[in-house]
Amino acid sequence: MIGLGAVYLFAGLVFGAVAALSARDATNPKRWANASFWGLFASSFLLGDRLGDFGNGLLVLAMVVVAGTVGLGIGRPSTTAPEERRALSHRFGNRLFVPALAIPTVTLIGSFTLKDIVVGGTPLFDPGQATLISLALGVTIALFLTRTMLRQPMLAAFQEGRKLMDLLGWAALLPQMLAALGAVFALAGVGAAVGDLAAQAIPSDNRFAAVAAYTVGMAVFTAIMGNAFAAFPVMTAGIGLPLIVMKYGGDPAIMSAIGMLAGFCGTLTTPMAANFNLVPAALLGLQDRYAVIKAQIPTALMVLLANTVLMYALVFRF
Amino acid sequence: MIDAEHMLPLLGVAVVVLGFVARINPLLVVMAAAIVSGLAGGLDLVGVISAFGKAFNENRYVSVSWLVLPVIGALERAGLQERARDLIVQIRAASVFSILCLYLLIRQVAVAIGLTSLGGQATMVRPLIAPMAEAAGEAKLGALPGSTHDSIRAQAAAAENVGLFFGEDIFVAIGSILLIKGFLEQNGVIVQPLELSVWAIPTAIVAFMIHATRLYLFDRRLMRDSRASAAEKARA
Repeated sequence: MIGLGAVYLFAGLVFGAVAALSARDATNPKRWANASFWGLFASSFLLGDRLGDFGNGLLVLAMVVVAGTVGLGIGRPSTTAPEERRALSHRFGNRLFVPALAIPTVTLIGSFTLKDIVVGGTPLFDPGQATLISLALGVTIALFLTRTMLRQPMLAAFQEGRKLMDLLGWAALLPQMLAALGAVFALAGVGAAVGDLAAQAIPSDNRFAAVAAYTVGMAVFTAIMGNAFAAFPVMTAGIGLPLIVMKYGGDPAIMSAIGMLAGFCGTLTTPMAANFNLVPAALLGLQDRYAVIKAQIPTALMVLLANTVLMYALVFRF
Repeated sequence: MIDAEHMLPLLGVAVVVLGFVARINPLLVVMAAAIVSGLAGGLDLVGVISAFGKAFNENRYVSVSWLVLPVIGALERAGLQERARDLIVQIRAASVFSILCLYLLIRQVAVAIGLTSLGGQATMVRPLIAPMAEAAGEAKLGALPGSTHDSIRAQAAAAENVGLFFGEDIFVAIGSILLIKGFLEQNGVIVQPLELSVWAIPTAIVAFMIHATRLYLFDRRLMRDSRASAAEKARA
């Protein structure tokens, strides 16, 4: 059965190529830092299951030390000049969109259909990992289309990929690091501590105060943890169920649905949600790493207010 | 009621907040926060590093999305961003507002019916949506300073996030809806996913109206700024 192992092997080979190309790039004064960083990243994908927990921990620590003390440079492989790009874009026209749209299209179709492919009585692809397998498949097909339709050499794809990976730098590792931090926080009892603090702080004397404590608490706790999924069980067990549902007779479905969306308002405001907020700033080459968050904060606050009013208006009515 | 020892792991949260505010390398901040929280929560150093390593290894799937970067890079090398710009310049009605507002709407509706993978910061925003919005801005307002390019790009990334967050819960099979259902079930409340996802619709509508209004005001401010700087140049 083709599963996550195959996807990680593919990812390890791609990141390994990025590391090798970094090592050969004499124009990058920090080429050895980049090569070790991406090389360790590749090893995590290739060998992670054999290194053991402590070994994996040391691997992360080494990556953090390289990126945090030596720092990563940005490789600048030779590429097409702006005039060449304009000329190429005229020549290829809308064909350029075909590989670009092939990735989401294949991912989408694959995530619905891969699980139904059965060979000799067993599914060919791990049904639980259909989306990730489809994404890897989509990338492979798109690379092939780029090669055949647009005649871009395979090496150029890896060089351009390296340039974008270097543009991300530490931001490429941050989402995975934060997911790991969340696990350590849970183990250390951070969630329980925040929940107790919140339960101490709520004014429980009227319905609106209880609703506001729940929605604002969801947003703040989500901003701290970077993830509404971590906040929801704690806040709902601490405030939502005992006060809004049990004491004031609110509807649990409405409360939970709007409460989760109040948490998403917190996600829009926090660097802890790195893949949504810091990664795009790096990918788009923005000067201010918090520029995307700043663009989102007014919307987040207004939607949070709206969620509070909506929940108060709806939760006791149905 | 609250004893100090129970609260000690919160020191890790403090490390995160201070580290991000001081703009220290975020990888160092996260590692330090994990070590502080873990030690405060009763683990030893080897235990913390092992726990972190285990969770890091289990979450590798988070980083699989970078596999799209070689494709996006190769397409950009062949002129994808230029093509996206040309398309927009041909549409005379296109403006920063109309492009980002339309993307917000399409993104929200698409994820609401479960088409979550038709979008994303690396696959759509960087190669297509951001260049389109910048091209529309330049077509209407002439050459723009770098800071304005940055703010248009930041708005493109924000439109993607707002559309995704306030559309996805309308779809019944999304992770957050299943999480809610599972959690309520553990607490003895049985709800169907559809009962949850319909109540995501009011917020989705309000969020669209709020963010679309903000995009409109953003576009108007761009126009005002560019007129002001043109007037200044004429005076000089």
